[in-house]
Formats: sequence, C-alpha cells, structure tokens
Amino acid sequence: MSPRTLAEKVWDLHVVHQAEGEPDLLYIDLHLVHEVTSPQAFDGLRLAGRTVRRPDLTIATADHNVPTTALDLPIEDPISKKQLEVLTANCAEFGITCYNRGDANQGIVHVIGPELGLTQPGMTIVCGDSHTSTHGAFGALAFGIGTSEVEHVLATQSLPLTRPKTMAITVNGTLQPGVTSKDLVLAIIGEIGTGGGMGYVLEYRGEAIEALSMEARMTICNMSIEAGARAGMIAPDQITFDYLEGKEHAPKGAAFEEAKLAWAALRTDEGATFDREVILDAATITPHVSWGTNPAQVAPITANVPNPEDFSDPAEREAAARALTYMGLTAGMPIKDITVQTVFIGSCTNSRIEDLRLAASVFDGRKVAEGLRVLVVPGSHRVKAQAQAEGLDKIFTAAGAEWREPGCSMCLAMNPDKLSVGERSASTSNRNFEGRQGRGGRTHLVSPAVAAATAIAGHFATPGDLA
Amino acid sequence: MKPVTVITGRGVPLQRSDVDTDQIIPSDWLKRVERTGFGAGLFSEWRDDRNFVLNDERYQGASILVAGPNFGTGSSREHAVWALMDYGFEAVISSRFADIFFSNCTKQGLLPVTVDEAVASQLLAAVAEDPNLEITIDVARGTVEAPAIGVSATFVLQPFTTERFLNGWDDIGLTLRNETDLTAFEAKRPGYLPTTA
Repeated sequence: MSPRTLAEKVWDLHVVHQAEGEPDLLYIDLHLVHEVTSPQAFDGLRLAGRTVRRPDLTIATADHNVPTTALDLPIEDPISKKQLEVLTANCAEFGITCYNRGDANQGIVHVIGPELGLTQPGMTIVCGDSHTSTHGAFGALAFGIGTSEVEHVLATQSLPLTRPKTMAITVNGTLQPGVTSKDLVLAIIGEIGTGGGMGYVLEYRGEAIEALSMEARMTICNMSIEAGARAGMIAPDQITFDYLEGKEHAPKGAAFEEAKLAWAALRTDEGATFDREVILDAATITPHVSWGTNPAQVAPITANVPNPEDFSDPAEREAAARALTYMGLTAGMPIKDITVQTVFIGSCTNSRIEDLRLAASVFDGRKVAEGLRVLVVPGSHRVKAQAQAEGLDKIFTAAGAEWREPGCSMCLAMNPDKLSVGERSASTSNRNFEGRQGRGGRTHLVSPAVAAATAIAGHFATPGDLA
Repeated sequence: MKPVTVITGRGVPLQRSDVDTDQIIPSDWLKRVERTGFGAGLFSEWRDDRNFVLNDERYQGASILVAGPNFGTGSSREHAVWALMDYGFEAVISSRFADIFFSNCTKQGLLPVTVDEAVASQLLAAVAEDPNLEITIDVARGTVEAPAIGVSATFVLQPFTTERFLNGWDDIGLTLRNETDLTAFEAKRPGYLPTTA
C-alpha cells in the first residue's frame, strides 16, 4: 500500500461502502449531541418512524444556552428552558445518555468528550457543532455537521462524505516562554486565512506541536474551522496515551495495551504526500490579538491596528475597513492602547484546567481594573471541581472576577452572558464575528494569559507588562 | 427534500466577503426547536440598517442571493439554510462556500452555485445595477445564465449531488440501502472502542 497521511488512514478504517461516483459511506464511532442543533433532527426521526441506531455510541449534554449563574436559580428565558427540556425528553425517548444542566458530567460538549475518555485516537467523531474539530487533537477524524446530518447519524451511525484533501501545517522550533497554543493557532489562521483550509483536513505536526500538552493541542485543533477546515488532527503519541490512561471510558488493562498498538500506527507514513504544506517557525510567534471581525484579522499584541490601505486584495481591504468601523478602532493605534470593558475566560477553546491555571497565575495577588467585568466560566463540572480543589476559584474571586457554572456562555451569547452594543471584550473564545458575543458587541480573541493580564491592566497586555 | 431542476429568478446583491452564519441567523434564533419560521431572523442584525439590501423594495421577491467570496463561514448551524429558504431564496451564488454550509445546503435543497470569482463579481455588479435582471440556473446542465448581460457560466456539483437535487432524494433512505454493509462493519469494530453506556 502506498504511503498515507494520518487523515487518510483514519478515513480508510471507517469506509462502510464505496461506489464509483458516490461519496464514501463512513462509519461514525462517536456522536456528540447538544440542545441547539438536535431538536429538529429528533423530530425528523419521529416523522419518519425511525429509531437511533446506536444510542450506545451517542451522548448528549446541555451547553450552548445554559445559564452560568447559580444552579438553584430558575432559567428565566422560557425558550431556552424549553430547549433544554426537549433535549432531556428526546434523549429519554430514544435511549441516549444525557448530561443536562447540573449533572456532575455536564459541560461543553468538546470538553466532556476528552475528559470522560470517550475521545480516542483513530475514531470518527461528529457533532452538530463546528468546533468538533477539537477532538482531532487525539488523532481522531472529528468534524462539525448540520442538523440534517445529525439526523442521518442518529438513524444510521454513518455519513456519506467526500474524501477531503490534506494539508500539513508544520511548526518547527520551540514556542517562546509566555506564548501559548492559542497564539500559535491565531498566527496560523492569520497566515492561511479564514478560507485557506476549505476542503482540507489539517494535520498539525513538527517539534512545536509535539511539545504541547493534550489540552494545548485541543486549543489548536479547535480553531481549525476558523481557517475553514472542517477537521484538524495531531498524531497520537505518548502524551496522548498518558492523558487517556485511567480515564473513565478509556480501555483498561490488556485492552489498553491492544489499543495503544493500534494507536501508535496512526502516523503519517514517510513519503506520504499532502495536497498542501505550510511551514511555520514557532520561535517567531508572539502573543496575538484579533483586531477585526473574522479570526484571520489578527496581529501580534505589540503591533498597531492595521491600515486597510495596506491590504492588496480588494476584498480584504474592504473587509478590514468594515471591521475597523464595526470595532470602533483607528488604523495605526497601538493594540496595547485599546481598553476593554469585559474579559471572558471560557469556551471550548480555552476553558480547561490548564487554561484556568494559567489565568489564575496571572490574577494571583492582583486586582481586576476598576469597572471591568470579568467572567471565568469553566468548561465542565469536572473542570470546575478540579479548579476549586486547587483553590483557583478563590484566586479569581479575590481578584474581582466572577466564577461561574459551566457552559458555552459568552462565546456565542445564547445565554444571558452577553456584551451590550459597543461593549468591548478580550475573550479566550474562537470567533470575533459581528455580534457574536451580543448584538453590537466588539470581540478581541486572545489567550488566557493575555485575557487575565488585560483584565488587570484594563487594556491589552501580556503578563510581562504587569508591574 | 423537494426536487430542484431549474431556478429562474431575480438576484439580491450581498456585497460582502466572509459572511458568517452568525450574521445569516444570529444565535438568539437558535433556541427554537422548530424547523420553520427562521426567515424573519435572516440577517436580522443587518436588517436593522434601513439601507441593507434586503430592505430595498426593488429586491422583494427575488429568489437568488448573489454573495461575496467565502459565504457561510463559521458555525455549523443549519438554521442558516432554513432561514435563507424560509425567506424565499432557492439558490446562493458565490465564488467560494464554507464546507459545512455547502453540505447543509445540499441536504435541504438550497442550491449552492460556485462560480469563478470574475463571474461572481460580474453578477454582483449587474444585480446591484438592475434588480430585475433575470438569472437562470440549470441543475442538470450545471449552468448559470443571465442573457441580458451576456453571462453564461458553469458550476460544478458532484454527480451524485446533482442526482440528489434533481430527484429530491432522501439521504437517510439512500444510506439504509447499505444496511448489510453497516451491520458487517459493526461486527468487525475493535473491542477496545468506547461506548457511552
């Protein structure tokens, strides 16, 4: 067999049916379900008199619209409340395990999959959410799907798909101290653009990627979709195996050893060719901040807001001009001079324990700038419990930040956590689209370290800038 | 889905690149558990601006959205497709579509028409100039034509996708023809793979 890439190997392992002129039918190993993109899919099943083929390969949680305030308070928004009730009812009717609001296993769908050990190398994983690419950090082929596809997977545990192209993103060298995987992925998106990854599965490789922890790898793969790629992958290695060992749903004993042998083969073969290759030098990457309204509109924190006239492509120039107007920014102003009113630390990109530890290390012994609102939203109840066991919650609240219940929260403003018109945030989330965090809100994407330092300084800053 | 063969209609010019699904249907609308009624939420934040093109009476009743490059980027929400269709659009023309959005279109019967950047720009300008310009899209032939301005371009769908549009086939029904293969595949899956039970 000719040399194959990691993505091609995982694809080949899952082909159920192949026919000339038709998409491949791919088996799906794990289907993650949440309240927002599933109700219409369950309705479709009912209308057609279909059942869920493999409830044992399906898991549901409530994350997108759950309030992050105290659990003993009622949900005030009747439409949100209904959507959560519908999730519970649908899961009960079709026999699916569901971790709804308040459950000890509840959390953002892309946080709980890995922490429960359900996300494993070589699997195919889908969810009605574009950030499903997160799970690719384990060497899984994981991607977001629409509601029609959710219904399709519920009914058949498979999807008809066209084989994607492959792109290698090789990051050589070592990240400088204080530079996180969030900065790295923002730099990558800035390099290839929001459409650069369209039609591709990305494979992140190279020395700088191999040095990252699992959680840092998840941050990178999470944002693959912001470069237009449905999936991003990293080959599993000892760091992956160590993360999985002992996790609730990971194989145990002899099964773990058997799995490890299979997982170790999940690497791009020597001599395999990618359709496109991008090479970056980790040493040149510095903390990044987005200045515009798409995730490719980013710059180093030490830079100035760019001038639209500096873009040669007319569409980019027009997009930059529109973005600056929306963001209320002036070309040429130093990014560090931009003041913010809100800081959000959370989302499927940056709400795991390492993110919270990093933020807490910056907050420790300091106070949030006068008048600033700071929300720290753990990715799951397990993350929340771990953070509290380490006393991180005390550090956040002592600094003047709010410590919340888990959920997607202000990443997409479906729950009551929103920006108001013209309000500016530093956010560890993944999208800076117009109105993403609330109508008229202005979002700047940053790492947890920059978010925390910005909360203290009141304007964009790195921990090194703080006195 | 309903079969789609030939679409003839007027166009609406959306002269922006990177239109994300958060703009097409803002997240407030995603709390609904129904599949209908999303048309009212289509571009709802932009529609607050009186000058936004959907508020221009001359474009009322148009069925083809002509957009800038990289249309439908971002979130996987199929609500974006439901909103466009519920509003009355039957096709979207762009030089580039985001992958998930494109796939969602093909599941619902909203025709995504990918044309060369030059053709997209020409159509955008022409539709902005003339709200009554007639555009015809033929699925079987894979053509986009606007005779009044001399545009005759082609677009490519995968042959199987074309068949699905022409026949209005149900994907799940098609897949279940392979029931035997599915069962055989399941019997051979490694035992170490996780279950959620």
